[in-house]
Amino acid sequence: MSEKKTKRRDFLFTATYAVGAVGAAAVVWPMIDQMNPDASVKALASTEVDISSMNPGKTITVLWRGKPVFIRRRTQEEIAEAKAVKLKDLKHPEKDEDRAQNPEWLVMLGVCTHLGCVPLDQKGDYNGWFCPCHGSHYDTSGRIRKGPAPTNMEIPQYKFVNTNTIKIG
Amino acid sequence: MSDHEYTPNSKFGKWFNDRLPLLTLASHLTDYPTPKNLNYWWTFGGILTFCLITQIVTGLVLAMHYIAHADMAFDSVEHIMRDVNYGWLIRYIHANGASMFFLAVYIHIFRSLFYGSYKSPREVIWIIGIIIYLLMMAAAFLGYVLPWGQMSFWGATVITNLFSAIPLVGEGIVTWLWGGYSVDNPTLTRFFTLHYLIPFLILGLVVLHIWALHVPGNNNPIGIDIKKPSKDTVPFHPYIVIKDGFALLMFMIVFAFFVFYTPNILGHADNYIEANPLVTPAHIVPEWYLLPFYAILRSVPDKLLGVVAMLSAILILAALPWLDTSKIRSAVFRPLYRQFYWILVADVLILGYVGAMPAEGLYLLIARVATAYYFLHFLVVLPILGYKERTLPVPLSITEPVLGGSPNLALAKNKEKFEN
Repeated sequence: MSEKKTKRRDFLFTATYAVGAVGAAAVVWPMIDQMNPDASVKALASTEVDISSMNPGKTITVLWRGKPVFIRRRTQEEIAEAKAVKLKDLKHPEKDEDRAQNPEWLVMLGVCTHLGCVPLDQKGDYNGWFCPCHGSHYDTSGRIRKGPAPTNMEIPQYKFVNTNTIKIG
Repeated sequence: MSDHEYTPNSKFGKWFNDRLPLLTLASHLTDYPTPKNLNYWWTFGGILTFCLITQIVTGLVLAMHYIAHADMAFDSVEHIMRDVNYGWLIRYIHANGASMFFLAVYIHIFRSLFYGSYKSPREVIWIIGIIIYLLMMAAAFLGYVLPWGQMSFWGATVITNLFSAIPLVGEGIVTWLWGGYSVDNPTLTRFFTLHYLIPFLILGLVVLHIWALHVPGNNNPIGIDIKKPSKDTVPFHPYIVIKDGFALLMFMIVFAFFVFYTPNILGHADNYIEANPLVTPAHIVPEWYLLPFYAILRSVPDKLLGVVAMLSAILILAALPWLDTSKIRSAVFRPLYRQFYWILVADVLILGYVGAMPAEGLYLLIARVATAYYFLHFLVVLPILGYKERTLPVPLSITEPVLGGSPNLALAKNKEKFEN
């Protein structure tokens, strides 16, 4: 067999493998993507919450996208405490002003950023939240202060529809 | 694979065997030459096969009554417990069977560690075993989620969140695993599917595990290579079959004790409360067989590094044949290794204990020391020990220490002198 013919055969093999690989990938992708959130899960994306009956110092927990969202009407002491913290003392530096649109209302995902447990209200070393699973302490702004969690509790997208209603999502 | 030519007696047998040599395989399995000094620690392979079959059979039956839906799963498990004929028995066998499976596998693994069964030429058997162990942990975790109790739900949340520690793609992977923005119905249905699949993967790997074992043959308590078949071996049937059978009966007594007398002692009461995405139980811990790794996870104060440490603790076992540099297999002839072996056993038990305790104060300190020692054992002690340790003389055959007549003339002469 001549040198030239061998090269031609090699090219055909390589081209066949390449086409086969593209075909296989095209079939595999739907198999993988079917596991991502489906249309019905994505459709349940926003929730409206009535906050008219909440006094300072009260927290309610609502379900949004299957996850708990804490809505807390903070007391003046808590707000003062959150604002007094120096940014350099924080593991994940964020100002309280950037976390609460209205300082009196803290709206955040009640999900510990370590491994997803629901932290307990008014517990821990910083008067905020404490996660019972692996011992993460959060302050009155929901910022991580001590323990294994890497970041502050997440703030979801929300807005005040009127003075009595918050829309999450 | 066959050690000798086999010809079936009957004409039909011969006709069939020429077309599919199943009878040759059966003959290989019954005549398989086995070291005659195998002790009871070697019976756990058979016990594990029994555990796997038990889980598959009881699981199949449970799947006839269980409903994999977030609104119905919890009630369907109670339906199995209260309404289905013998449902309580089948579920308790399945639930405790998982614990018995892990009890047996830990004994099986620590037997390998003591007698050096992972060493050349048995590295592939060992690595297949580690893969089986990983799949067992996956199956156990997925199965624990199915009753959809509080521990199911929050266990699923915590374990799937481990993937969120991966930089950049972590969050995307977690959403993909969940099929939503939290653990919910899509998570439950896929977990059920995978829980059903994995035992059959394990079954396939068990076949490979045994196949790979039958190439070099069994290791043995004195860890030497033996001639097969020879004075040092006995055929698998009936000698090992009857010994394995007796050990299995003893094991089944323990199994039955748990099923009939304390069926819930290894579980958590919180799992009899239906899953609630708004409340995490005050004290969440995994099942006992995962506690040492859970302790390692919690002993590291950083999320990503904690996950890395936990995975490394398991995967480091796969590298063991190369980390242990000693040429001598059995700890019987390794006086120093024998001591380190028992320290490791104690270390793993301590990790298991602190894994069940809250991660704070003294417990956390103990967990950190024990975690450090665990890695030290594999990464420092074992490689150095192979070079430094003065091992004891190894006999040249199994019969030699008992009967004399060793092919090693010097040893035999010494022995004669001693006796005169």
